[in-house]
Amino acid sequence: MVATSRTTVSTRLPKMSIVVRNRGRIVAGILAVWLLLWLVLRGTHTLALGGAQLTTVHHWFNDLNDAIGAGRDSNPLFLYFFDYIRVGIDEFVVFVQSIIAQPSFDRPVPLIGWFGVVALVGFVSWAVANVRVALLATAGFFFLGLQGLWRESMDTLALTLAAVIISLLVGIPLGIWAGMSDRFNRLVTPVLDFMQIMPSFVYLAPLTLFFLIGPASATIATLIYAAPPVIRLTAHGIRSAPHDTVEASESLGSTRTQTLTKVLLPAAKRTIVLGVNQTIMAALAMVTIAALIDAPGLGKTVVKALQTLDVGTAFNAGLAIVVMAIVLDRVTTAAADRGRRNRPYRIVLWLAALPTAFAVWLSYTYVWAAEFDSSLDIGSRIAVWAGDATTWVQSNLAPVTNGVKDVFTLVLIDPLQSVLADSPWWLVAAAVVAISLVVGSVRAAIVSAVCLALIVLSGLWSDSMTTLASTIVATVFTMIIAVLAGVWMGRSRRADRVIRPVLDAGQTMPVFVYLVPFLALFAASRFTAIAAAVVYAVPVATKIIADGVRGVSGTTVEASVASGSSTWQTITKVQLPMSARAVALATNQGLIYVLCMVVVGGLVGAGALGYDVVAGFSQGQLYGKGLAAGIAIVLLGVMLDRLTQAAANRTHRGG
Amino acid sequence: MHGTQVHDTQRPVISVRNLWKVFGPKAARVPGSAELGALSRRELLDRTGCTAAVRDIDFDVAPGEVFVVMGLSGSGKSTLVRCLTRLVEPTAGEVVFEGEDILRADPKRLRDLRRNKFSMVFQHFGLLPHRTVVDNVSYGLEIRGVSKAERVKRAKEVIELVGLDGYEGSYPDQLSGGMQQRVGLARALAGDPDVLLFDEPFSALDPLIRRDMQSEVIRLHHEVGKTMVFITHDLSEALKLGDRILIMRDGALVQIGTGDELVAAPADDYVRDFVRDVPRSHVLTLKWIMRPKRDDDPLDGPELGPDVVVREATRSVLAAEKPVKVVKDGELLGIVGDEEILSVIAGGSDS
Repeated sequence: MVATSRTTVSTRLPKMSIVVRNRGRIVAGILAVWLLLWLVLRGTHTLALGGAQLTTVHHWFNDLNDAIGAGRDSNPLFLYFFDYIRVGIDEFVVFVQSIIAQPSFDRPVPLIGWFGVVALVGFVSWAVANVRVALLATAGFFFLGLQGLWRESMDTLALTLAAVIISLLVGIPLGIWAGMSDRFNRLVTPVLDFMQIMPSFVYLAPLTLFFLIGPASATIATLIYAAPPVIRLTAHGIRSAPHDTVEASESLGSTRTQTLTKVLLPAAKRTIVLGVNQTIMAALAMVTIAALIDAPGLGKTVVKALQTLDVGTAFNAGLAIVVMAIVLDRVTTAAADRGRRNRPYRIVLWLAALPTAFAVWLSYTYVWAAEFDSSLDIGSRIAVWAGDATTWVQSNLAPVTNGVKDVFTLVLIDPLQSVLADSPWWLVAAAVVAISLVVGSVRAAIVSAVCLALIVLSGLWSDSMTTLASTIVATVFTMIIAVLAGVWMGRSRRADRVIRPVLDAGQTMPVFVYLVPFLALFAASRFTAIAAAVVYAVPVATKIIADGVRGVSGTTVEASVASGSSTWQTITKVQLPMSARAVALATNQGLIYVLCMVVVGGLVGAGALGYDVVAGFSQGQLYGKGLAAGIAIVLLGVMLDRLTQAAANRTHRGG
Repeated sequence: MHGTQVHDTQRPVISVRNLWKVFGPKAARVPGSAELGALSRRELLDRTGCTAAVRDIDFDVAPGEVFVVMGLSGSGKSTLVRCLTRLVEPTAGEVVFEGEDILRADPKRLRDLRRNKFSMVFQHFGLLPHRTVVDNVSYGLEIRGVSKAERVKRAKEVIELVGLDGYEGSYPDQLSGGMQQRVGLARALAGDPDVLLFDEPFSALDPLIRRDMQSEVIRLHHEVGKTMVFITHDLSEALKLGDRILIMRDGALVQIGTGDELVAAPADDYVRDFVRDVPRSHVLTLKWIMRPKRDDDPLDGPELGPDVVVREATRSVLAAEKPVKVVKDGELLGIVGDEEILSVIAGGSDS
């Protein structure tokens, strides 16, 4: 999520200079008043809603869904627009699936069996990158077969590939356009920002309204999430092509097309490949989440296992997602870093195409090469081990894990949740708007007020406050860890070299993967979801802070040391204050990531909005409520995003 | 002030008339307005938000001439050279090339001109990093649609001409700065243009390489005889290469002239300041230091032409027993004696 590029610079300075100076005290005052009133008024006007209870808004959404469903066969908008898109995408996905994943063309197996796919993956990796990653890719895919998850993996891969192909077909031309035209770039940037800050699976529900539950909705959701990086990076690559070279090409009389194809695109190639990398990783993450709306593949295995709290199976499938993520990431990263090739190398490469083609033919013709031998299956053993380990942890480490969990829940989560969810709604709303005004800006306060009003309208106030409590707790912990690690990384090159690859790897993993180990440790609870959210959000926040601390002028730090500051003083009086903007931005990003994960945590006992969304996918009468919950999540996200951005901008001005 | 015009017998290759380039909102109103046009750069910016990079420039370039445009950074010289082929679109004026006003050319005609008539060499080379030397050099031919065999053959010829044979298969990042600029030069020569434009081509190079490259340009000028417009901020480079030099300041023309004209007769204090440190004996010719004949001058001394540089005349003047006569076409123009020579060699700048 590239929110770094967003800088909403407000043009007017607030006139309340006294307020600005005493911001901390005023916020404390607001909180104190809130607590006092909470003691008196708790339990009244909480707008709580039972699990199966629905409001008129939810009924209205249900009716809307039914109406759209009924109109699907007659409404011209559907007949001539949405249905074409849906059928087109469905057929494309089915086509890709029929090649590697699903039985097709009257055959009991896909066109290309495992042997051919493994060979192809190895060959393609070599062709676009190098031998090392080709070996990694081959081994990784072979391992997917060993795990007994070949078909699920191929479903995930097929869906990812289909979404990536569509994303690139749409994204690269748009990126080129944004690279060449300033006006289009200005137009498209805020749209891309918005597409990326929305918690990723929130738009699943509205999409199913128009494209039904199935591959089309999953692919379009993936497209929304995965296309922005390649659009952004293509535009960036074209914009940063060396000016001299472009001018030289023009001075020789190139047409626009010639300059584009012979100068700009080759110059931007590396950046575009990095964009493709990000798009592939985003697509993989989203395809696994799309399991919630019935997308086939590994994600579905994980979701099913999570719902039955079967940690062993979830671990095995989660591991498969990790393996696939690592392979796709390494191959595309290596492709971006690839150097020049000489002629003999290219000839050897072409020769290698022959055995690859032979392997594909074998897998088309013979059963042994088509279907992975299930006697080699080690997946069930992995699942059993993981299950045993979980049982052991839960029975032997229970005093520790439960202790940690209970202390956190009792000391932090419960009180906060109680203050937020048990206060009268108007009290919370008033306090939040007031805080927005003090730490943010007038505009942030207005946004908060509107978002809160809409949340009240959604009928899910109480659930929203529960989710907000979890989000705040998780964000606080994320920031504590991120500041510690970030400062360390920012100050020590060695720490940076060791930690950064871990963070990079962490960022490429789809969200579900994080739930599994925490589920094993802490069973299903709010704490589990919060812990997973912290782990999910820490990498991005840490990196931003590390870069901020590193960005502090070396001369200033030297001056501080030279005047006799201790390390602690240098950190607290120079490095952190000077990277205040990075810290604010990290908080912003941390919040968005946490929110996204807390919602997924609905699967493992976090309840509240996340549960509402998940339930809405599976139960028809809860559809409207799920949709409302999705909207409430977006509202929370927009509110928190605007508030932290406004606070960040104010910090930037030194107010 | 206006500079010397090209000799009447030759039609200029390029004639620039009243050329303006103004950056900023509603830039077009500035050249037309006598009032705005008279403002200084700073005043113009404050009043209109516009910057005049090139203001009302006139000059002619003769065939085969090396025409140098010199100025400090920000004087508008790079903008001026870009206006010639409309890499920067001029705001007003005329650029006449072989009788055709380039500013009126449609995009297709403009491309033709860029492909066939002009070539440019850039300060930071502007090479394509993903292409080998030979592919870089033949790029201009490629976009014209020349066949591969033919353009490779032509590319090899010019690569040899600039002394890069053996490096055809290298990539730009494998070459030193000087060699990269040779590639840039070869690329400009490959299309066999009528005019070569140089935008501070050597200022990114270190001094020794720069001197080599300057000699290279002089050699190429002798060999291929192209008309050249050369932008530089380095006076010694300008004096070394330029047949005539145009000095720019804040977008406007200050003086046009040959090197010795600038040194001997600077148009104003700005130019005088510029040429102060130039070793005058290297630039001035006898015509600038000779004195009128006096009655007591003995007229049986040796003869020299008026365009002999002082440095080269020194030995013969000092060795001669009698003052040297400066003679052109049999006509006695003046006299140069020891005193005149010594005052240039020993003298300060204010002779």
